[in-house]
Amino acid sequence: MKGEEMERPLTGGIRPDGEPLTLEEYEATGGYEALRKALHDMRPEEVRDAVSRSNLRGRGGAGFPTGQKWSFMPPRDDVRRPRYLITNADEMEPGTFKDRLLLEGNPHQMIEGIVVSAFALEVDIAYIFLRWEYRSSAERLARAIREAYEKEYLGSRIQGSQYSLELFLHVSAGRYICGEETAMLNALEGRRPIPRAKPPHPQVSGLWGMPTIINNAETLCNVPHIVRNGVDWFRGLSHTEEGGTKIYGVSGRVKRPGAWELPMGTTIREILEEHAGGMAEGFAFRGVIPGGASTDFLIGEHLDVRMDYESVQKVGSRMGTGTMIVLDNRTCPVGLVHNLEQFFARESCGWCTPCRESLPWVVKILGALEEGKGEDGDIEILEEQARLLGPGNTFCALAPGAVEPLQSALTYFREDFERHIREKRCPWKNGKDRVGKNRW
Amino acid sequence: MLTEEERLEIIAELRHHTHKHAACIEALKIVQRHRGWVSDEIRDIADILEMTPEELDGIATFYSLIFRRPVGKHVILICDSVSCWIMESDSIRDHLTKRLGINPGETSADGRFTLLPVACLGACDRAPAMMIDEKLFTDLTPEKIDEILGEYR
Repeated sequence: MKGEEMERPLTGGIRPDGEPLTLEEYEATGGYEALRKALHDMRPEEVRDAVSRSNLRGRGGAGFPTGQKWSFMPPRDDVRRPRYLITNADEMEPGTFKDRLLLEGNPHQMIEGIVVSAFALEVDIAYIFLRWEYRSSAERLARAIREAYEKEYLGSRIQGSQYSLELFLHVSAGRYICGEETAMLNALEGRRPIPRAKPPHPQVSGLWGMPTIINNAETLCNVPHIVRNGVDWFRGLSHTEEGGTKIYGVSGRVKRPGAWELPMGTTIREILEEHAGGMAEGFAFRGVIPGGASTDFLIGEHLDVRMDYESVQKVGSRMGTGTMIVLDNRTCPVGLVHNLEQFFARESCGWCTPCRESLPWVVKILGALEEGKGEDGDIEILEEQARLLGPGNTFCALAPGAVEPLQSALTYFREDFERHIREKRCPWKNGKDRVGKNRW
Repeated sequence: MLTEEERLEIIAELRHHTHKHAACIEALKIVQRHRGWVSDEIRDIADILEMTPEELDGIATFYSLIFRRPVGKHVILICDSVSCWIMESDSIRDHLTKRLGINPGETSADGRFTLLPVACLGACDRAPAMMIDEKLFTDLTPEKIDEILGEYR
């Protein structure tokens, strides 16, 4: 492994031209070595223990410690079979484009991550749950799966061991809610994909009522590197206690939007200024949504916060997916939140009343503010709805996530909301502030 | 009636599943690949999957990319999520509606294009973005839209 690949294990080997690594190219970078090591030299519990000690945390947004999630899987003397592992590659959180990089650039790394993890969890059947719109990912994963079966990295008695695994690619057909883990179970079972009530948790009663682990694609891609290079190396990649690297991304009015694999705990400032090149010409920074649409805004005073789960949580937001959306001075914060809430209202599955009824109300009020029809009391209604849609009132995290950017916008950009009501117009819609376009 | 080809493709898909109805998304997509949309032959699909038509329709209509009404020859999915919005995807949408003479959700009079909004396409660093059929287009401008539409004429 070259030095660059030791520092950026997930993406260091990915070709700059965007073509996927072939099986041979992946093997040449040390690919599938971790799988052979796990199968021949390790017991499943040793792999699980390494993942626990690595302090790998789930990259889908919640940041739950992966080893701990795995520990909830019933022990092997549980007679229920088959056991399942599902890779969540339904990347649809607005502003998030990190898993696409891994799936398109290195599909065999994804497969190795799945097989090593499935071995650790003593799983019989694995699925990749992929959104339909990721067409090249679908094609590349399907080809890589075929190749992996041919070379006995999948199928029965993998690499001459006692371990067997079947892997299926499930290509979905839209709807953000399918990324919610229990809705995903319903989707795979061919039911209407609305979330399930928890408990029971999927680890105990998941797909078809069997023990099931659901992990994000980026999370699982880390596992072979932990097995191959060791726990100390993995923890050493990070600037903080949370192990490994993270794929961070930036979109919005910056000079170089993009995604980069960096040490976990890199500061927001470094990501925005060094990697994204700072704000684009003529635009000034006002705030950032740190990790996909369902995370709270942060502002200038937070730029030196380290991007890891605990540090971002300490300042009142969440790292989420680690892909940031930048708010600039020429974009209306009320308009931006309106766009976010339209997304969440449309994508609500409609099962829980607060989510189904409240989000459209929030959208209506934000739309009225944008049209200059805001009234005194609107801000208070928005605050009340943000509170009522918070954690504990719905079956899944869609509604609580939806109100995170709303409640923080009401805190940090309150004056902008008030101006919409006072001036009976959106201050950004005057043909000057919004670049190159008269919105009236 | 489903065609023989559609029926055989659906039946082949069942082999990967221990429960027939777990194949329902694949089955719907198979028919949509052949017809462009899922017609009321959904009853025949339900029969094969041993589901009631209502049950299958309840699933089909839940998914935004299963079409239960006819669509144009090409389906344009325009991202309307936040990163594209910041990069003025609304002007791209306006340009498309003007060029095609339709609003989102509609099909052009010549039956060539259906325009639909779609959730974040995961191309936020190259916003604004859209797909036509299975192809992704990024860094869109009105000029670029004109060029792209020319290729689909």
